[in-house]
Amino acid sequence: MPSEQDAAGPSGGPLVAEHTLEFPGGYTRTTGPVIGRFLTELRDGRVVGVRTAAGRVLVPPLEYDPDTGEPVTGEYVEVGPAGTVTTWSWVHAPRPGHPLDRPFAWALIRMDGADTDLVHAVDAGNVKAMRPGLRVRPRWRAERTGHITDIACFVPEVTKIVAPIRTAYRLRPGRSLGRFLEGVRDGILLGGRCPDCDKVYLPYRISCPACGAAVDEEVRVADTGTVTTFAINNLPDPRAPQVPFVSAYILLDGADTELIGLVGGVPADRVRQGMRVRAVWLPPEERTTAMTNIRWFEPTGEPDVDLDAGRDAQGGA
Amino acid sequence: MREVAVVAFAQTRHSAVDEGLSEPELLLPVIRAVRESTGLRSFGFTCSGSCDYLAGAPFSFVSALDAIGAWPPISESHVEMDGAWALYEAWVRLQHGDIDTALVYGFGKSTQTDPYELMTLQLDPYYLAPLGLDEISYAALQARAWLDAGGDEKTMREVVRRSRAAGRANPDALDLPDPPGDESHLVEPLRPSDVAPVTDGAAAVVLAAGDRARELCERPAWITGIAHRIDPHYLGMRNLARPASAADAARAAGAGKGAIDVAELHVRYSHEEPILREALGIPDGTVVNPSGGPLAANPIMAAGLIRIGEAARRVMSGAAVRALGHATSGPCLQHNLVTVMEG
Repeated sequence: MPSEQDAAGPSGGPLVAEHTLEFPGGYTRTTGPVIGRFLTELRDGRVVGVRTAAGRVLVPPLEYDPDTGEPVTGEYVEVGPAGTVTTWSWVHAPRPGHPLDRPFAWALIRMDGADTDLVHAVDAGNVKAMRPGLRVRPRWRAERTGHITDIACFVPEVTKIVAPIRTAYRLRPGRSLGRFLEGVRDGILLGGRCPDCDKVYLPYRISCPACGAAVDEEVRVADTGTVTTFAINNLPDPRAPQVPFVSAYILLDGADTELIGLVGGVPADRVRQGMRVRAVWLPPEERTTAMTNIRWFEPTGEPDVDLDAGRDAQGGA
Repeated sequence: MREVAVVAFAQTRHSAVDEGLSEPELLLPVIRAVRESTGLRSFGFTCSGSCDYLAGAPFSFVSALDAIGAWPPISESHVEMDGAWALYEAWVRLQHGDIDTALVYGFGKSTQTDPYELMTLQLDPYYLAPLGLDEISYAALQARAWLDAGGDEKTMREVVRRSRAAGRANPDALDLPDPPGDESHLVEPLRPSDVAPVTDGAAAVVLAAGDRARELCERPAWITGIAHRIDPHYLGMRNLARPASAADAARAAGAGKGAIDVAELHVRYSHEEPILREALGIPDGTVVNPSGGPLAANPIMAAGLIRIGEAARRVMSGAAVRALGHATSGPCLQHNLVTVMEG
């Protein structure tokens, strides 16, 4: 039909009428004895099947054996409550008429003790949870009326739990770390020299971890040093300048052990072993007795250090 | 059995949008076309297939008779099914022997509602319909069952690509592009292009018996086998990956008694093609859905009849010696009809 013959609506567009087909309040259906028994048991929170003359258990019960057309027996068998998913599909965007308003699975479920599969929804949370063989159980509605939706949906059996873990502590640093942090408050990095090994440990400590000798010589270590190794981190951290960020082992000038710190002021892919860096301190008025006084280390721009040569010169670490 | 043949076939240029035609207006051109090609004004029997729920009005199929002209009174019947089952009824009616011609038609305006949610209403009203199980959702259950039984998604993508390409070459089908490679899931494992498009359209077929068929058509497509079989309705009572009724219908129609040049299959979801190929025993050499099939144009209630018409058309033109038309109805290929035609 040519479009110029179409009737025009008030807005000048095509004439369109909204039309709804509905049985207000819903359509009343009698169930008969077989389906009625199933729905009655459902109202009581039980799932039953019916046995056929051949001995199979049909769930949900049908009036006739689909294999033979013969009437089923009058024997009802309680099945479940658990069942096994045989086939499933995953609804990414539920429709208004669907039983759940969030992504869910449709599934064929072989109830324990049944020989046929029940069609229902599975609230699995995530498509990755779905697979043939998944064990599920009904989630019953609190108010049941004898309707297939008395089972709101099925849910997977419990296979894992999430255990909350949180413990609060009050920590004191101990004498040696306390002394070190006092230095950090004042913008000074303190190490301790072992009288026997002649090594400078950073942070300051009161005994040598190698030989056990008492350390009593404090040594001021420079806030410049060399990156010996590093990692690129892709998970956000509140202390880091951006993502990705670099955390590095830094051998400060005058120390024999490395300090862990962030590296900033340089793109992550430009950080390298041997790079020379300098601590970036908070302004003196913002400093506390904490390592956060050093925001991160940034490149000094000096030539890189040959780490292998340095290590040889120091006799190895 | 009385010899009965398809002697004429016509279909609309199917549309993905409502073009503002009423159902009789949609139907009129195809009735005219088969009348012109056969020269017949009246028929011994008239049978139609349609679904009143598509229009949302009771007995809407009666108004479609306006396109036929039912006065003086005609012998007429209707099935609330695809027009393929109207063709089956007409074939049975022709077996009575007292009439020689039958007009069959099917039509559907799917654009007036959401046909996927509408199909919830065809489900068992106690166990399935109250769940709000829509057609795409239960088709996806069957797709998953087939994938888990050894199918693969690559085959589904290939069916979509081939069907859409064939549809673009078919002036009556929709012009659908190759599916994008990054299509997200609709109801997993189905993607939008795995689903037959919403389509308005109609089709008509004329059947004739014996010598009357030879008079009306140079090369009638003789129906050498026609049968339909049905599986249990409830999805959990059958093997979704292997529809027994499709295999039974093919056997009863004698599909395997000779080579099949062309098979037109009522594939509404891409995974249904490999399922049907196996169930119906379609050999590898057979050309499947050269029209594009329902994945390229799916006027509900006409799409099955169109499969028979498309297969018959190739026999009538001499392009095929033996062709198969398949139609399906109900959820997940529950009910299957197979027609074998020979030149």
